[in-house]
Amino acid sequence: MDLSFVVIQILTGLASASSLFIIASGLTLVFGVTRIVNFAHGSLYMLGAYFAATIISRLLDLHYGPVSFWCGVLLAALGVGALGVVMEVVLLRRIYRAPELFQLLATFGVVLIVQDVVLKVFGPQDILGPRAPGLRAPVEILGRRFPSYELVMIAAGPTVLGLLWLLLRKTRFGVLVRAATQDREMVGALGVNQRLLFTGTLFLGAFLAGLGGALQIPKSPATPRMDLDIIAEAFVVTVIGGMGSIPGAFLAAIMIGQLQAFGILIFPKVTLVLVFLLMALVLVVRPYGLLGRPEGPAPAHAAAFNGAPRPWGPTERRIALGTVAALALLPLAGDAYLLKVATEILILGLLAFSLHFLVGTGGLVSFGHAAYFGLGAYGAALACKHLSLPMELALPLAPIAAALGAAVVGFFVVRLSGIYLAMLTLAAAQILYAVAFQWVEVTGGDNGLVGIWPSSWASDRTIYYYLTLAFSVAAIAALRHAIYAPFGYSLRATRDSELRADAIGIDVRQQRWLSFILAGSAAGLAGGLYVFLKGSIDPSALGIPVSVDALTMLLLGGLQTVMGPVVGAAVLHGLKDQIMPLTDLWRLFLGCSIIVLVLLFPNGLVGAYEALRLSSTATKGAASARRREPDGAQSRPRAPLEALARSRASGAGGETSKADETV
Amino acid sequence: MTAPLLAVEGLSAYYGSAQVLFDVSLALVPGEVLALMGRNGAGKSTTLKAIMGLIAARAHRLEFRGRSILDLPSYRIARLGLGYVPEERRIFTDLTVFENLEVGRQPPRSGRTPWTPERLFSIFPNLAEMSGRRASEMSGGEQQMLTIARTLMGNPDAVLLDEPSEGLAPVIVELMTKAVLAMKSEGIAVLLSEQNLSFAAAVSDRAMIIERGQIRYEGSFAELAESQEAREAYLEV
Repeated sequence: MDLSFVVIQILTGLASASSLFIIASGLTLVFGVTRIVNFAHGSLYMLGAYFAATIISRLLDLHYGPVSFWCGVLLAALGVGALGVVMEVVLLRRIYRAPELFQLLATFGVVLIVQDVVLKVFGPQDILGPRAPGLRAPVEILGRRFPSYELVMIAAGPTVLGLLWLLLRKTRFGVLVRAATQDREMVGALGVNQRLLFTGTLFLGAFLAGLGGALQIPKSPATPRMDLDIIAEAFVVTVIGGMGSIPGAFLAAIMIGQLQAFGILIFPKVTLVLVFLLMALVLVVRPYGLLGRPEGPAPAHAAAFNGAPRPWGPTERRIALGTVAALALLPLAGDAYLLKVATEILILGLLAFSLHFLVGTGGLVSFGHAAYFGLGAYGAALACKHLSLPMELALPLAPIAAALGAAVVGFFVVRLSGIYLAMLTLAAAQILYAVAFQWVEVTGGDNGLVGIWPSSWASDRTIYYYLTLAFSVAAIAALRHAIYAPFGYSLRATRDSELRADAIGIDVRQQRWLSFILAGSAAGLAGGLYVFLKGSIDPSALGIPVSVDALTMLLLGGLQTVMGPVVGAAVLHGLKDQIMPLTDLWRLFLGCSIIVLVLLFPNGLVGAYEALRLSSTATKGAASARRREPDGAQSRPRAPLEALARSRASGAGGETSKADETV
Repeated sequence: MTAPLLAVEGLSAYYGSAQVLFDVSLALVPGEVLALMGRNGAGKSTTLKAIMGLIAARAHRLEFRGRSILDLPSYRIARLGLGYVPEERRIFTDLTVFENLEVGRQPPRSGRTPWTPERLFSIFPNLAEMSGRRASEMSGGEQQMLTIARTLMGNPDAVLLDEPSEGLAPVIVELMTKAVLAMKSEGIAVLLSEQNLSFAAAVSDRAMIIERGQIRYEGSFAELAESQEAREAYLEV
């Protein structure tokens, strides 16, 4: 490795660091002010690339020259900035007070919508953008050729950093943004219209995402998959740098740029893994990133989740027994297709229930539950393929493989909380996705593994259905039992107040770790059942969409309920099955549905049932009394989500956070 | 009696399903200092927050300068000329003293000399020396002065002042007394939430006592000073 080669690698690393920073700076800025992790930031980046590819080509047709090119870049970024404004006004300002899970899901709804819209508008094929006029010839550095556009990119990062610094330090807007980052309520009480401030911030954040996408266009084409690829990396950069810290994002982008530039020489296939490992390492040493600082006392989400699950009454018991009985009789209908869908629903129900065990009872908002589903599936598939084990031996390996994976990931995860926890679980799932994708010899890469079928006795669809029914019901019953067992009670204690739980002798980390392993193994079982149903497995089982689907099931069924996720799985999968064949806009439909659910029905379907039940039994309950207005008194109106957030911020939860503060 | 600047009738507030304020009524006339006294947890801060639109509240009447502020977000209440100084100070520790004042700056109101950092430094001389310093590097007393100065930058007609003497050294409390009197001499009305009787006595015209979210006593400060009974019942620990 001679010097000139090292220099070129460093320069390459700096160029990719610049472009990463430009994107991540927008994400971290928006998070700093609004406290929302904008999943759709990657979509804005993608739109920037598509806009630039289209606009620049047109402008260059009119007049070929650098001016046209750079005007095109700016126009594309401004266009994306305007979309950011629309997104803020229509969606984000309604969810600022919502629990972070809702925010992530709602912005993921935007991701889904944008994906389908981009496909409709720009088509499925990649769009090659024009190269930058005047920067096409490479320059020679130490005897090696280096693209001159990359030099411009290297300069772009520090330029954006400098301009952002000026904006944030030297303008009133900047001072207000920095103040709002720390205490937005107080900024409001001082007479500042936060709405304008937030809209402005979203414009700036979206502009930066669009700029990143537009600057990318001379190097690589605009493709419909670039949104999720970049968002994972941008998350990593902001998390390593410290959420909300722009200099931190710059530092982290440089680290990752260099890691990728040199990592590719040593481990050409596992650069993604290296990046996520760096993130895990940084988070263990500095749980709030390099330049981040602890968030204030995390708002307790007790009220948003199943605060205190009610044991079943006779009605519920009858419903549950009836459901199981109906499921057992289902094969009598003799509809093979129905049976297939029902099998899938049972598997997804188990997946959703295991996730809810973490989210609802443990308060651990995992955004990468697909990891354990996929680990189980791959575990069983690999045992089947490479060890030639029969299903009877391979299937039990599924929950074991997932439990082991969950134990490793959980070890890191339980040391974090809030948004950092969600990001790390997501990162873990992305590592596994990258491994499955890149380790072609073992996992088959993109094609996956095929020909994984049940043993002959179970290959009949009806038998396999009963097998799935038995395993799913047993696993769900076991997890449900754990929720009502002392284990579940102490787990809920750690969710509602970490400090108090600690003070009464609960080992918080161990409790969370065990629940992580338990939920992971249940998800792994679901994965194992899935792979033998389908006969094949590919990396998409580990992808972000699977995790989000599972979370959507929770949301649909109702986060405050115990059995809701199973209902959510049935409804979502049933809908998918009905609607997907009819339209190629399924993601658009799903995205809109998620957003509507978050905004209008934050308590989900089973939550609505519970409310109905409550209002019919408790006529003088506190909840209904609060609704009634005394004569002539007016009150401040509250949106459903806000009401949820407020009941969360006060009551048991509020006390908790106050107590935590004092301690 | 002059028309009240701030009129509150039948104010109730809730934390979740628990009611914490019950039919609180009060009126603040221009230029007066009204002390809202009570023990810890009696509902003083909650009253101020409910008026300021920071927590969900219900009222028969909640008006500032003759305009209902019940439906307004807090930034619009502030822009009408009602300032708020929180108990926890909530200064922006990442910002310099000067920047903190900038956040509070609002256009001047007619008929008043607008507040500028320079004018504020004449009331709070300590702040002048450290205007470029980060607020995180200030002492508690200095932060308390900054939070009042920051609110005054909005040129308010009335200020909700939440326990300004809490946790401060006696010498700083004296400075606080001067600051409140300076505000009063500027014609700014103050609704002061306070536990410290001697501090409140030094600055207030009238007193109200709140206990368990209900107003229990109302009268001039002179009357309260004479009423051993009221003091013992509601204020002493």
